[in-house]
Amino acid sequence: MSGTEIKCTKVGHTYPNGVQAIKDVDVTINQGEMVSVVGQNGSGKTTLVKHFNGLLKPTDGDITVGDLNTRENPVGLLAERVGYVFQNPNHQIFAASVHEELSFGLKNIGLGESEIEIKVKDIAEEFLLTEYLELNPYRLGFSLRKTVGMASIIAMEPDVVILDEPTTGQDYSGVKTIKESMAKLKSEGKTVIVVSHDMPLVAEETDRVLVMCNTELIFDGPPADLFINKPILEKTNLKPPQITAFAEAKNYGNNEKAILSVDDALKYT
Amino acid sequence: MSIIKIENLSVQYLEQEDKALDEISLEVEEGEFVAILGAHGAGKTTLCLSINGIVPNMINADMFGIIEVAGEVPPKIPVRELARKVGSVFDNPEFQMSQLTVFEEVALGLQNLGVDKETIIENITTSLELVGLSGFEERSPFEISGGQQQRLAMASALSMKPQILVLDEPTSNLDPIGKEEVFTVTRKINQEEGLTVIIAEHEVEVIAEYADKVILLEQGKITQVGTPEELFPKIVEMQSNVGVRIPQITDFASRVPNKFQGSIPVTVEQAIESYIQ
Repeated sequence: MSGTEIKCTKVGHTYPNGVQAIKDVDVTINQGEMVSVVGQNGSGKTTLVKHFNGLLKPTDGDITVGDLNTRENPVGLLAERVGYVFQNPNHQIFAASVHEELSFGLKNIGLGESEIEIKVKDIAEEFLLTEYLELNPYRLGFSLRKTVGMASIIAMEPDVVILDEPTTGQDYSGVKTIKESMAKLKSEGKTVIVVSHDMPLVAEETDRVLVMCNTELIFDGPPADLFINKPILEKTNLKPPQITAFAEAKNYGNNEKAILSVDDALKYT
Repeated sequence: MSIIKIENLSVQYLEQEDKALDEISLEVEEGEFVAILGAHGAGKTTLCLSINGIVPNMINADMFGIIEVAGEVPPKIPVRELARKVGSVFDNPEFQMSQLTVFEEVALGLQNLGVDKETIIENITTSLELVGLSGFEERSPFEISGGQQQRLAMASALSMKPQILVLDEPTSNLDPIGKEEVFTVTRKINQEEGLTVIIAEHEVEVIAEYADKVILLEQGKITQVGTPEELFPKIVEMQSNVGVRIPQITDFASRVPNKFQGSIPVTVEQAIESYIQ
């Protein structure tokens, strides 16, 4: 099986109020890739990824998710392949308990009760949520509520997981849990698409960066190429990670590729 | 002169087993920029809410010990009275908005205090100017960006002419531009207006640059206090225990300390300066 490839052909989206959010996007994301989508607010990045599971349908061009054209298939069906974790968990979470929230999607994809119980238990352990299972998600702090949102999508085991700003408002262990689950998803061959302003996360955890700027896809390549590309960084107002900026200022390491992490930098000492 | 004095303060929420704050002591000098760091659940919010009096006046809890803020004892005066000395900003500005225009939003608190009309208009004008929202008076608070909403929340707090501003994770919900707007205004009111700032925040790179003093909370106790230069290098080895990130550059420098002159840097600028080629 080839998994779920996402293919955008000349994709454009104009909102009903006439605002064009993206235009002419051509990109293919293969099964198993770790991709980040970056750009300032209003650049079109969220609009773009909302097309990947059919939340938005293109007004120009086509998108296929595996063998499904998103125009012709309902979000419900696409969501089984492409899970979308919202930036703001309040837009996603509605159940009366964490347990119910984690079970909901599993019920929807037709799993039996005993299977659901096992999966809920496993996913709660993975995301350190076991002690909160009976609580109302709204009694949890923002960061834990966000973790619940992420766990409930990953529980359904979609081929592709989209994470919208997973690390904002997270403390050290929240960020660590997110990085670990991204690595786990990668090892399972899942595609991870992360929309983020967190440049250290982009640099360290993803292999390919899509840069959106003013409705267009203006860069598609590895982070080591992006963070030495001055014109793109300036145009998009992206700030490289601290270690990258330091290495660049001091001509430290390899001049061809940006230093992406502390571990990367230590190789040159 | 110290503007906040806390001695052996403990806070216990009614339905919870562990104390939210456990015999903490702390002094804050007038005009200081103080950052509170700690994992979720360490007590950051409770400390903020004890300083502005919301705990125990609006959120019920048992409180023991001494707390004095700008000459007042927060548990003993109504929260909205204390708001004239301690302004508060929270993580979710849209939950605080209730009025049709930016102007009315800032006016609300002042009207509730029974301030005369001229003073109200003057205070609104100066506080909107301070946060860079002059010209936004007639806009809807719900149709501006997150960073603008948060600055509006700051203007509402500042319109009371407080001596202290308490910010509880003010940028958690904002994009980088919004974060920068809020930090810039926060620094400006600290440096130019002389307000004392107490901020709970996860953006350690910014804290490293702005804070005079950093407090580390762990399970309701203050375990470290110091300048960013003193504190961040100390917690390199215990990031996962204390649940706090440190600036990436500090992490790097502390692993190759002999490459840096003097102390371990906490900002990129310091690192560039003290690096030995």
